[in-house]
Amino acid sequence: MFATILQTLPQVLIDGLALGAIYAVVALGYTMVYGILELINFAHGEIFMTGAFVGTAVLFLFQGMGLTGGLPPWISYVLILFVAMMVTGALGVGIERVAYRPLRKAPKLISLISAFGVSFVLQDLVRFIAELKTGNYIVSVPQLFEGRFSLSFSSMSAALGNATVKTNTVFIFIVAIVLMVGLDIFVNRTKWGGAMRAVAQDRETASLMSINVNKVILLTFFIGSALGGSTGVLFAQQYGTIDPYIGFILGLKAFTAAVLGGIGNIRGAMFGGVVIGVLEMFASANLGLMTGGNFGAEYKDVFAFAILIVVLIFKPEGLFGKAVKEKV
Amino acid sequence: MGKLANLKASLQGSKLAQGILLIAFTLVTAGAVYLMDRSVTAFLLLLASLLLLYYTSFTNGIKWIIALVLLIIVIPFATSGGSSYESYMEVATQCGIYVAMALGLNIVVGFAGLLDMGFVAFFAVGAYTYGIFATGQANNFISGDLFPLSGGTFWIFILLGGFMAGIFGILLGLPVLRVKGDYLAIVTLGFGEIIRIIFNNLEKPVNITNGAMGLSSIQPPDLFGYDFTFPHQFYFIVIGILLIVIFAVRRLEHSRLGRSWKAVRENEIAAQSMGIPLIRTKLIAFAIGASFSGMMGVVFAAKQTFIDPTSFTLIESTTILVMVVLGGMGSVPGVILGASLVTILNLQVLTEVTNWLNQLSMQGIINVPTALSPSKMQRFIFGMILILVAIFRPNGLIAAKNRKIPKEVVTGDESSNSKTTTSALRKVRSE
Amino acid sequence: MKWKWNGLVAATLIMGLLAGCGNGGTSTTTGASGSGGSSSGKVIKIATQSPLSGGSSIQGEAIRLGAQMSLEDHKEEFTKLGYSLELVPYDDQGDPKKGVANAEQIGADQAVLGVIGHLNSGVSIPSSVVYEKYNIPMISPASTATEFTDRKLKVANRVVARDDFQGPAAANYAVKTVGAKKIFVIQDKTAYGQGLAEAFRDEAQKLGATIVGYEGITVGEKDFNGVLNIAATQNPDFIFFGGLYAEGGLIIKQARDKGITAPIMGGDALDSSGLVEVAGPDVKGALYSSVAGEIAKMEGGPEWGARYQKAFGKAPEGYSAYAYDSMTIMLDAIKKTVESNKGEMPTREAVRDAVRATKDFKGIATEVTFDDKGDNSFAKVYIYEFKGDTYPGELVSEVSQ
Repeated sequence: MFATILQTLPQVLIDGLALGAIYAVVALGYTMVYGILELINFAHGEIFMTGAFVGTAVLFLFQGMGLTGGLPPWISYVLILFVAMMVTGALGVGIERVAYRPLRKAPKLISLISAFGVSFVLQDLVRFIAELKTGNYIVSVPQLFEGRFSLSFSSMSAALGNATVKTNTVFIFIVAIVLMVGLDIFVNRTKWGGAMRAVAQDRETASLMSINVNKVILLTFFIGSALGGSTGVLFAQQYGTIDPYIGFILGLKAFTAAVLGGIGNIRGAMFGGVVIGVLEMFASANLGLMTGGNFGAEYKDVFAFAILIVVLIFKPEGLFGKAVKEKV
Repeated sequence: MGKLANLKASLQGSKLAQGILLIAFTLVTAGAVYLMDRSVTAFLLLLASLLLLYYTSFTNGIKWIIALVLLIIVIPFATSGGSSYESYMEVATQCGIYVAMALGLNIVVGFAGLLDMGFVAFFAVGAYTYGIFATGQANNFISGDLFPLSGGTFWIFILLGGFMAGIFGILLGLPVLRVKGDYLAIVTLGFGEIIRIIFNNLEKPVNITNGAMGLSSIQPPDLFGYDFTFPHQFYFIVIGILLIVIFAVRRLEHSRLGRSWKAVRENEIAAQSMGIPLIRTKLIAFAIGASFSGMMGVVFAAKQTFIDPTSFTLIESTTILVMVVLGGMGSVPGVILGASLVTILNLQVLTEVTNWLNQLSMQGIINVPTALSPSKMQRFIFGMILILVAIFRPNGLIAAKNRKIPKEVVTGDESSNSKTTTSALRKVRSE
Repeated sequence: MKWKWNGLVAATLIMGLLAGCGNGGTSTTTGASGSGGSSSGKVIKIATQSPLSGGSSIQGEAIRLGAQMSLEDHKEEFTKLGYSLELVPYDDQGDPKKGVANAEQIGADQAVLGVIGHLNSGVSIPSSVVYEKYNIPMISPASTATEFTDRKLKVANRVVARDDFQGPAAANYAVKTVGAKKIFVIQDKTAYGQGLAEAFRDEAQKLGATIVGYEGITVGEKDFNGVLNIAATQNPDFIFFGGLYAEGGLIIKQARDKGITAPIMGGDALDSSGLVEVAGPDVKGALYSSVAGEIAKMEGGPEWGARYQKAFGKAPEGYSAYAYDSMTIMLDAIKKTVESNKGEMPTREAVRDAVRATKDFKGIATEVTFDDKGDNSFAKVYIYEFKGDTYPGELVSEVSQ
């Protein structure tokens, strides 16, 4: 059994890292918004999904104009990413303005319900547009990078198997790292980042320090949503098929990642994302093997949710978060 | 305008006028339902007579009696006129099932303030409790070829289903007690999904739920050899359970327990410092809420004669939450209204409008793309309801009211002797 | 107190208004048919139930359109008898609850004499119980689960092959023709996918092949690398997938990305242009068993396909022809009962028995004779292979019962 697990390990790790990178970037959006508003932005998974659709639409547009033939694929990739980020960023700002800001003083339960509402509305709007344009809401995405190559782990040790990597997976790693490092620098080194941290710590005091709280919140939503949207594009390119319902469960898992890393903690979210991605891939590849076929890959979501529940119950502050004392 | 104001004033003043309006309205709508072949609007208006009844200023007892007359005699009789009898009754039955579930969720979300996003899991537990034993399924893990149990056991299973769901409610509640607020929502959501996935996969190592294939040919209930198969028969079962549920909820709401729930909802720490046992209070909320859902699960399984895990997805949990939020969290009449509105919207209005649009586009009058078909817009409509209610009417259609207690009862006015205070208290209690 | 009465009066007024125009709205459904009826006598309605939204909407739509085409072809015949035909398409969303609720509505409408549908076995099974109560005959052009007809309902019929015929037929092809020895089975944990995969697995084992893995996936997911990683280590020479085209396409694509070259085979749910769209060029070499024959090679098939293309602007799917045949059977039965009833509106019971009595019907896609359970004794299973990346694949084998 262990020999088999070891044999698949390189491939499982690569696939898990690719998935984990996607979770990590989506988790950033949850963690940023939560850090500032203490609101679980449930619509974030749907923003990710919208990003996937916007990116695909732009790609179709490029193809329609015959641009893809002329441009190197990575340039169109970056262009598509940029457009998708702008659109989803604006979408995030709009959602904040319409559905969250009027409720900032309302009980938590109410804003959470509103967030669920936004999530459903987005799912159906995207379904509607996709269905109207293509006749089916499951959309196949043309691939920019077709290639794949093999990493020869077996030359290192006979116990390990080889792993196949898609060129697109490499691109995911690059984009994810660039985004995460960029965000980290932005939050920790710039003036606006400082304002953001100040608002997260204490909104009222920050506003006394002549920080425009509303602007900072909008900026947070813009950046968080843009990150989510860009991941959508990466996802669409990696798996080649998208539908309006991909955001919900993926969003939940990304949220799990954010919680695991300590919600409100940006580096924690990145770490949590990678851990959840790898664990999920490992579970789906090996659960059946480890339980003698009784509990197979179909239980992998149970696994992910179980992690979430266990973390929330026993270490609600996450691995890197600080415990919050409740104010009376 | 003056006339309208006059009318209003006279309506407010006189119970007789209200009574006449109510009777006239009921008669007209009932007549319309009875005579017209198939009119959803007339049926809806007939149901609206219950809402009208709620707004009259009769005493509670009279309202209850009129409501019973409407539910047990007028509505079944009026709908039996046309060919759409069973179709109406199906809608009414499903309405009843959802009302009971929404009332259950209302205890958890509305009274105790614990946002539960996986509520449909308890419905599933109830449905599977009956489904497994009322088919040959249980033979797989209990030897002796005893199953399927006959339809006569259905009546016991209503209680058993409620009990099982209650146990699950406590099981879920125990670990969940440590988390609060939005985390609670996520954990319950995760639990709901876990239970569904487990039901979907539990055909090995021991075949308990038959997995994705579902359980079919579930025994219909029978009472002294009389089989229940048609919706109009289930209607009466559902009304019966519903009355018990409503009665229980009304009693609970103003009981000591109900007040503790509300105290926990408003401020957990303050409630605890007033001596309310937090854990017990929350667990009871989960258990009671879940058991209502479980009972209806049993009815659902018997009515559908087939259950599989696809009936218990996240969207169902959300639908029930929409009902509670739309009607008004914590408000019993509100939740009943919300649940009825959403169910009818879902089952009748959307389907009906879709059919109508189809008809039109087939005759070439207008061309509606299938993407726009209203029956697919369910999520959109629910989402909009959630957002709009959250922003503009956070208390829902019929806001919850706390019962007012006269000042002298609370302060125990010194000039009055203790006798009057206790009698006033008694009066308040008996209300 | 005051605002409450305010609201009440307003609500009553609005309700009244709604009653006025709302009735106008809803009665158009009946009104339209009524006015249609006045020109050519009485109305006979046939309902279709299939998922017009959701993941299987391509196939659901195909069922609806196929049925609609047949209905339009027979309109004139019925006008001569003094009836006007009407199609009532319902969307079951692939959801058993919705299917049952729709079935109750169909049952309530006395003018409906038959139902064509459903696509998903999981919906067909509970809905057929409702149809049985109202004696409305149903013919499913797609449901393959054994349970559907095994309950011996009087109303449940299907023109397609059962899972316990399709699965073994596919296994037979895999083991005997392809020569598979180590087979990896994946299924999507739905009533359809599981039923088919189990039937395939059992027969393949009987024929001497080893099942090196049997794993489940979740419908709606996009990442199947986990399951495929297990498959890759087992090094199978054949992969069978029981499930729908959206997941099937992705599995084919991701398996090829992983360098798994074993042939991948699926059931009739892969018989859709959607599969090619999802899998792209990787679809080449994939196999699927289908209960639908090649329309182009049937007698009158090419012309029929051209007419379909012209009427609806898209090429027929596998189920289009089956829905067309199902509707034709239904209408034939109704016509017979009308004639034997001296032109009067037949009862549902009569139509139900006439449908079950169908013998040696020759349709565009298949011959049909219903046995006492409602299964088609002529149902065949066809094995197709994608030689290129165009739908449909090429017929490579044909198995009859």
